[in-house]
Amino acid sequence: MSSQPRSVEGGPAHGRRFLTAWLVLSLILSPLVAIYLGPAIPPGNGSVEATGQVFDNEVLVTFATPICIFVVLFLLYAVFSFRSRTVEIVDGPPVRGDSRIQIAWMVVTTVAVLALAAFGSYELLVDGAGGGQGPNAAFLPAGHSQAMDVQVIGQQWEFTYRYPTLGGLETPHLMLPANTLIRLHVTSLDAIHSFWAYQLGVKADANPGTDNIVYVTTKGPRSFDIHCAELCGLWHGYMFDTGQVVEQSAFTAWAKQQQTYFAPVAKYLPAYSTTYLPDPQRRAG
Amino acid sequence: MSTTVVETHRPIWRRLIGFNLLTGIVFGVVGYYIGWFIGHHITGASVAYFSGIDQNDISVTLGYLLGVGGFLIGLGFGVYPWARIRGYPPSLREKETQGASRYFGLCTDHKVVGIQYMIGIGLFFFIGGLNAMLIRVELLRPASQVFPAGQYLTLVGMHGTMMMGIMTSAILGPFANYFVPLMIGARRMAFPRIESLTFWLLMAAGAILTTTIFFGGFPTGWTGYEPLNSQANTGMDSYLVFFALVGISMCLLGLNMLATIITMRAPGLTWSRLPIFCWGVVSTAILNLLAAPVLIAVLGMAVFDRTVQTTFFNPQGGGSPYLYQNLFWVFGHPEVYILALPGMGIVLEILPVFARKPLWGYRLAVSGLLGVTLLSWLVWQHHLFVSGINSDLRPFYMLSTELISIPTGFTFLCGLMTLWRGQIRFSVPLLFSLAWFFNFLIGGLSGVFLSDVPSDVTTHGSFFSMAHFHYTIMGGLVFAFFAAIYFWAPKMFGYTLNERLGKIHFWVMFISFNSTFAPLFAIGFLGQPRRTVTYAQHLQFLNDWVSISAFILGGSMLIFLYNFVYSLLFARIRAPQNPWSSVSLEWQLPTPVPLHNFDRIPVITGEPYGYGSPGIAAIPAAGPAGGSA
Repeated sequence: MSSQPRSVEGGPAHGRRFLTAWLVLSLILSPLVAIYLGPAIPPGNGSVEATGQVFDNEVLVTFATPICIFVVLFLLYAVFSFRSRTVEIVDGPPVRGDSRIQIAWMVVTTVAVLALAAFGSYELLVDGAGGGQGPNAAFLPAGHSQAMDVQVIGQQWEFTYRYPTLGGLETPHLMLPANTLIRLHVTSLDAIHSFWAYQLGVKADANPGTDNIVYVTTKGPRSFDIHCAELCGLWHGYMFDTGQVVEQSAFTAWAKQQQTYFAPVAKYLPAYSTTYLPDPQRRAG
Repeated sequence: MSTTVVETHRPIWRRLIGFNLLTGIVFGVVGYYIGWFIGHHITGASVAYFSGIDQNDISVTLGYLLGVGGFLIGLGFGVYPWARIRGYPPSLREKETQGASRYFGLCTDHKVVGIQYMIGIGLFFFIGGLNAMLIRVELLRPASQVFPAGQYLTLVGMHGTMMMGIMTSAILGPFANYFVPLMIGARRMAFPRIESLTFWLLMAAGAILTTTIFFGGFPTGWTGYEPLNSQANTGMDSYLVFFALVGISMCLLGLNMLATIITMRAPGLTWSRLPIFCWGVVSTAILNLLAAPVLIAVLGMAVFDRTVQTTFFNPQGGGSPYLYQNLFWVFGHPEVYILALPGMGIVLEILPVFARKPLWGYRLAVSGLLGVTLLSWLVWQHHLFVSGINSDLRPFYMLSTELISIPTGFTFLCGLMTLWRGQIRFSVPLLFSLAWFFNFLIGGLSGVFLSDVPSDVTTHGSFFSMAHFHYTIMGGLVFAFFAAIYFWAPKMFGYTLNERLGKIHFWVMFISFNSTFAPLFAIGFLGQPRRTVTYAQHLQFLNDWVSISAFILGGSMLIFLYNFVYSLLFARIRAPQNPWSSVSLEWQLPTPVPLHNFDRIPVITGEPYGYGSPGIAAIPAAGPAGGSA
C-alpha cells in the first residue's frame, strides 16, 4: 500500500504523507488504548469467564483503533487537501482503480478477519466464555465433571434457583460458592427469558423445554446483578435481582438454613428435572 | 399521446367519487367489518368479548385481511384484471391521468409512485420517530414514570416494527422506483401495476400497525418472539398482519426491480456500465425477493398458532420456540442488509459527482455489494449466540459474520479512493455521504465486538447492540436517505432545496446523532438491557444525556421538514436541469421529467462516471427526452 501512484501533475506525495501520519498516530494511540481503555471495559473480573471477556474486549478495541484512525484520518485528509478551490467546476484525474491497492486491501482485511475469528473461536472454546451453550456442547471447560450444578428457572417475571445437589432445594435468590466451577442449567416455564449475571459475565437464554447449560468459575466473594435480557412480557423491566458469591463455609450454612426454611413447601415441588412443561397457555400483557 | 384532462373540469365532490384513496378507505373499513363478522360467526359467541375489548384473534385477523382486500379494490386494483377477464386488451391507461389526483390512487407512472413512496414513508418514519421520542421521555428517570410498563413495550414495539418494516423500502421505494428507469434508459418499470401495489400494501400495513393501540398494543418488540407472541392479546395480530403485508410488498418490490434491471436496460448498457446505485438496488432486490417469503411463512405459522391452535412454536404441543427464532432471523439478517445495501449504493453514486472523479474500483464496489448479499445468508445464528441452539456452530457464525467486513471494506476502499485527489465540492448530499462513512465505520467496528462470542456475551441484548444497529441503520440508511433527497430533489420536484438550511440540518443531525448513540455503547457495556422500562440508578446521567440528544435529533428532522415544505411550496426556486453537472443519464433529462421519460431510448456507448476524460463521454449527450440517441 505504500506504492501509491504520484499525481499526474506531480503534486505532493499525498499517499506517503497520509500513510506516515496514520502509522505514527496508530503507533501512539493503539498502545494507549490497549493499556488504559482496554482493561477498563466491563464486565470486570467477577469470574474467570468475565476476565476472559475483558481480554477479548481489550484485543478488539486495540485492533479497532488503527482502522478507525485510518478512515477518519483519510476523510479529514481528503476533505482538507482535495477540496475544490475554483468557482467553475473542474474535474479530478480520471483514475478508475489500482489493482495493487485493491489486492493489498483484500489481503490485509482478509488476514485481519481470519486472525480475529481464530482468536475469538479459541477464546470461546477454551471455557465457553460465559455464554449459554445448550444441552450437549462438544467443547467443555477443563474439570467440567466436577462442576457444581445449579438450575436457573425463568418465569414471568422472576428467576428462581434449584440446587439438585441439595435435594432439589428451590430458592428465590441466587447464592454461589466462591472459587468453584459452576454448571448453570438455564430453562424457562413460559416465554423466552435470558439469564444475565452481569459481573460474572454470564448470559444464557431461558427457553421453555430446553436445558441451556453455561459454565462459570467464580472468584472471591462478591455480589452481582441479575437481569432478564430477553423481552419476556409486561414486567420484563422489573425482572432483576442481586446474587451473591460467598465463601464455601458460608454457602454450606446458607444452604442448611434454606433447607430448613423451605422444608414445609419442599414436598409440593415437582421432582428436579432439567426441563419442565410450561403452564397451560396464559393470556398476559 | 397527450390525454384530455377531463377530471379537472368536474366539481370537487364529483372528483372524489371513483377509484381513489377515499374509496379505498371506505371499502377497507367495510371489508374489516365483514371479516370481523365472519370471524365471530365462525367462532361463536364464546370467545367474543372481554371487558369491551375485541379479544377474538380470528375475527381481528380476518377483518384485517378483508379490510386490505377492500382497500385495494377501492383503490382500483380490481379494474384491470376485471377488464382483462371481460376481454379488453392490455393497457397502461392509469398512467395517462394528470393532476394531483393521481397521487391518491393507483398510478402506473413510476415517477408518481416514487413521490407517493417518499411522502408515505416519511409519514410513518415520523410516527416511528415520535415513538422513539416518547421512549426517551420515559427513560429520563430510572423508575417507570410517564408510561405504564405495557404502554412502554408497545411504544418500543411500534418504534422498532415501524422502522424495520416500513423503512425497508426507504430507498427502493422512493428513489429506485423513480430513478432506476431513468438511469437504465427505460420508459417504465417492468410491472407498473405491481409497483403501485407495493406502495399501497405498505400504506395499508402501516395503518394496520398503528391500529394496534386500539387492541392494547403488543409486548414482543419488533422480533415478535414466540411463545410470548402466542400469549399476547389481539394487538399482536396487528403486528403479524403488518409484517406479512410488508413482506409481500418487499417481495414484489424486489421482483419488480430485478425484472426491470435485467430486462429493460437501454442498448449498450451492459452490466459493467450499470450505475452503482442500480447495483445496490439489484443486490437489495435479491435479498427482498428471497428473504421476505421466509418472513411471510413464519408469520403465517404464528397466525395459525394464535388463531387455530396449531403448535408450531409451542413446546407443549411438540413445537419449538427455536423454530421461530431460526426462521425469523433467516429473514431478519438479510433484512438488515436490505436496509444497509441501498445506502452503500447511494453514497457510491453521489461521491463521484462531487469529487469530480470516476468511481474508483467499480468492479470491486460491485463485488463488495454482491459479496454482502451472499454472506448475509450465512450469519443469522449470531442473533442466537447465547440461546443454546447449535452452540458448536458458533465459531462458524463468528467467522461468517466477520467475513462480511471484507466486502463491506470494498465499499469503504472504493468510496475513500474516489475522494482521493478529487476536486471535492461540498454540497449537502456529499456531507451526508461523508457522514455515512463515519457512522458505518463505528457501526461496523462495534459489529466486530458483537460477532466475537466472548465479547458478545455481555453486549448481547444490551444497549450496546441497540447502539450498534442504530449506527448501521440510522447512520447508514437514514443518512443515505437524506443524501438522496438532497441530491435528487431538484429532479423529482423541480425546485431547489435551501442549501443553508440543508447544511444546518446536516450538522445538527450529525452531531446529535453521535451524541445520542455513542453513549449507548457505554450504557450497554455498563449493563443496561434493551426494552426495559427501568434501569440502574447510576446510569441516569448517561440516559438523560442520550434523551436530550435524542430530542435534538428529533428536532433536526423538523429543520428538514421546514426546509422541504418551505423550498417546495413557498420559495419555489426552479432547479436547473442538471444542478450538480452530473454525467449520469437521469440528469440529462429535462425537469420535470416527461411522462414517458425518453422520446427515443438512448444508446449507451461508454463507461459510467466519465468525469475528467472528455474523450469518453460516459453517456451520449442526450438532448431533451434522450433525443440524440
